[in-house]
Amino acid sequence: MEQLLSILIGILVASAVYLMLARNLLRFLFGLILLSNAANLTIFVAGRLTPGAPPLVPDGLDAPAGVVANALPQALVLTAIVIGFGLFAFALILAFRAYQSLGTLNTDEMRVAEPKEPHS
Amino acid sequence: MNSVILRAGARLQVVLLLVFSAYMLLRGHNAPGGGFIGGLIAATGFVVYAIACGTADARKALRFDPGSIAGAGLGIALIAGLMAVFWGDALFTGQWLFIGATETEKGLPLSTVLVFDIGVYLVVLGAILSITFALEEAV
Amino acid sequence: MDTSTPTRWMTLAGLLPVVIAGSLFIWFAGMLPVIAAGDTLRFVWEWVPSLGVNVSFYIDGLSLTFALLITGIGALVMLYSARYLAGHVHQARFSLYLTSFMLAMIGLVISDNLLALFVFWELTTITSYLLIGFSHDTVKARRSALQALMMTGVGGLALLAGIILIGTTAGTFEMSEINAMPGVLTGSVMYLPIVLLVLAGAFTKSAQMPFHFWLPNAMAAPTPVSAYLHSATMVKAGVYLMARTHPSLAGTDFWLWTLTIAGAITMVFASVMALRQTDLKLALAYTTLMALGALTLLLGNESGYTITAAATFLIVHSLYKAALFLVVGILDAQTGTREAGKLFGMARAMPVTAAAAAVAALSMAGFPPFLGFIGKELKYAGAIAVASEPYLVAGAFLIASALMVAIAGIVSFRPFWSKSGAPIADVKEAPWPMLVGPVVLALLGAFFGIFPDTLATMLVNPTVASIVGSAEPAKELKLWAGVNLPLFLSIATFVLGFAIYAYKLKLRAILIDLTERSPKFDNGWDKLMAGIAAGSKALTRVIQTGVLYHYMVATFGTALAVLAVTLFFRSTGIPALGVPQVQLWDWLVFLLVLLGSILVLVTNSRITAIAGLGVVGIGMAMIFILYSAPDVAITQLLVETLVVVLFAAAALKLPSLTPEPLRKRWLDVIISVGLGIVTTVILLKVTTGPIDRELTTFFETASYPQAFGQNIVNVILVDFRALDTFGEIAVVLIAAISIFALLKSKPEEDKP
Repeated sequence: MEQLLSILIGILVASAVYLMLARNLLRFLFGLILLSNAANLTIFVAGRLTPGAPPLVPDGLDAPAGVVANALPQALVLTAIVIGFGLFAFALILAFRAYQSLGTLNTDEMRVAEPKEPHS
Repeated sequence: MNSVILRAGARLQVVLLLVFSAYMLLRGHNAPGGGFIGGLIAATGFVVYAIACGTADARKALRFDPGSIAGAGLGIALIAGLMAVFWGDALFTGQWLFIGATETEKGLPLSTVLVFDIGVYLVVLGAILSITFALEEAV
Repeated sequence: MDTSTPTRWMTLAGLLPVVIAGSLFIWFAGMLPVIAAGDTLRFVWEWVPSLGVNVSFYIDGLSLTFALLITGIGALVMLYSARYLAGHVHQARFSLYLTSFMLAMIGLVISDNLLALFVFWELTTITSYLLIGFSHDTVKARRSALQALMMTGVGGLALLAGIILIGTTAGTFEMSEINAMPGVLTGSVMYLPIVLLVLAGAFTKSAQMPFHFWLPNAMAAPTPVSAYLHSATMVKAGVYLMARTHPSLAGTDFWLWTLTIAGAITMVFASVMALRQTDLKLALAYTTLMALGALTLLLGNESGYTITAAATFLIVHSLYKAALFLVVGILDAQTGTREAGKLFGMARAMPVTAAAAAVAALSMAGFPPFLGFIGKELKYAGAIAVASEPYLVAGAFLIASALMVAIAGIVSFRPFWSKSGAPIADVKEAPWPMLVGPVVLALLGAFFGIFPDTLATMLVNPTVASIVGSAEPAKELKLWAGVNLPLFLSIATFVLGFAIYAYKLKLRAILIDLTERSPKFDNGWDKLMAGIAAGSKALTRVIQTGVLYHYMVATFGTALAVLAVTLFFRSTGIPALGVPQVQLWDWLVFLLVLLGSILVLVTNSRITAIAGLGVVGIGMAMIFILYSAPDVAITQLLVETLVVVLFAAAALKLPSLTPEPLRKRWLDVIISVGLGIVTTVILLKVTTGPIDRELTTFFETASYPQAFGQNIVNVILVDFRALDTFGEIAVVLIAAISIFALLKSKPEEDKP
């Protein structure tokens, strides 16, 4: 399954990058979400996959009895999901406000800070 | 969305989700759950309520400003981390108190770790609600 | 500044610096007996032991001479400025800057560790920037301050590079240890770069040609600053550096010729330029340049004669130059002008100032029995002792010294005694705090001239010993050294000097005409600055196009190139693709996520895209459930819900998507497909390689016994890595606050 997921992550990355290279800011945001999904999955897969054994210590024992899933990447991914949400929300609202102010979502036309040189 | 059924359901659902989120928060140390998940569940409840009844009602139902909730949560988490100093440990070292512990039973465990998790819960709840409410009000 | 009206000047801001400088002077003076006896003092605190950075202070004759000049002249200048700037709005600020500068300067001359020396070196640069730009409401002061900062700052960077080279070559940053290892630097292959870098620092700081032009411009500073920084202290820091590194760096032809040529050119050029000036302060500034050139020239050599000459001239020059600057400051404050053409016969109105000026000027011109005479004789003796080209060097000294005679006359004789014009009426003598400095400094010049042995045993001999080693016999300091070549040269100097003074106006006219026609360094500076600004603007235009697409292409393209090239050259073949252990469920999840991402890719409908994202998110959650991550799965599902809610609220208020046809985006396709393939290959390599589970094992075994938790993921989050989690929730809160601020600002406010 690690191999299948590696291919899936590759597909997600390719889709995400393609979307982020689009001129429309909304598509860029879609790409951002896909990219953070791909990143989370990468961390998860890099810690190896263990089906059917959550990282829990059974009652009455000091440590898990057999092999359980790798807890460390899980903890990393869990916070990454929440942070990713914060990033996404900020980007979305930035795009929203940019549209309200500039009246466009085309990133080529968003040049208030660095307008085109008059002669070029 | 002006639907009587949704509005009635939302009231009930907020209560249920809040109770459930508290349950998830408290059991988090020993079973799946914890502050992040609890906070997300509670936030989802209020978000649905806001969709059904409007953000003004949702804010009223929440009683506190979501930004203040998040700020308080961060403060609580910080205090929980700083408390380790009183026991002479490094910052953010968990401190435990077992009430009524005997040789065989560990009693009722209380810990700064739980306080920290409550802080996480409040930050997640407050931050998400302040984002969604503000957005709902802006559009 | 009208000092005739009585102002309250005995303020804390005015007098505290005097007390600090005075106490330090007494403290350093207390070390004189030890140093004069030939001993040295050293204090060490380890600061960054792993990098060999120590705060170590080393006091020998050289450091003590400088420390005494810095604190002694400092105390007098600060007393002077307490009165000079009394009632000025920013007097406290000025005192702070000047005291900070003094402390930095002391640190510079007593640091043994070269890195600490560099830190103090930069501190003097920064404080002098603040002092030169003290009158920050004038364009001239700001420009001059910036120019001084840039010149000495660039030199400082070169010096840092040189210091690092010295440290790696010698294996230590302690200058006293490096100087104790003869040949460690001169014999090294890095010798040439080291000398070039160190001299770049020294020449910019001490304003040697062609880096000289910032010094006259720095005269925009208040006069006490010029008297302090540009006569006795800051500009001498470069001289100090050359003297301090002399034992390890000197003794080669390269050192000899670089210093001799740069020093000689600076000396002659500066003394000629001094004659051209009509502003008395500017004339003094150029004579300072001349002195710095002379010191550089002398330090190029190794013989005891020349180094004795350098050590003596260093003290002589500091005494008379500080005094004369202060005198010009008094003239400026009392009469309102420093123009040579307006000041005549002021001696009657200000007798004390006139006397101090006369004594200091006689020392500057090198008349017996003043210390300046001894300094000049030694310079000639040293020049003759220069092995290779004695006549060239002696000739340069002759021209420069003759011009000094003439300029001493212009600065101190003409304004006070000349009858060529009418004295300015209603001028009072300066108040006593301003007179103390020039009088004391001038008298010291006379005192040491009459009793040169005192100076020799206390300061000059230990200084010479610390530069060339005590084995070298130092030249004796005497007023009457017998009828010899230096004496004839002295007489020639006076004759030539008086001749120049007599024809000064004509000469000046010629010089002004000449300089008007020749290109100016200062204009070159402006062109250089404008060029740098234009260049960086053009570069910014290339890098910062303002188009998001360009940034994204650059970012992803670089990532692709770096990863692909590394993979290509470092990898050991593509790992074999087997299909073991893939269940039906796995294929279903795979197809689900694939479907979702294709949906997002191809659709032009916002709703469909959001639905596609939801499908991907749910697919992710299923992966987490299948592979034993219940906490992550729950979080993923909840966040996915909220993402959809937010998107639904915001995105539907945005315009619908316009198609961006694939055929126009071949570059994007290459980059994205390439990155996808590279990611997959890397992951395949990672997952088929070995895994280190040390941390995981620790968390698994420690979770319950130590942290009393059965859910290992949660224990990691809230206990083992609680500080990280705290940081993360802080980020979430910051995101919420920023979003709140974004949404609550009015859209109308930022309409372009």
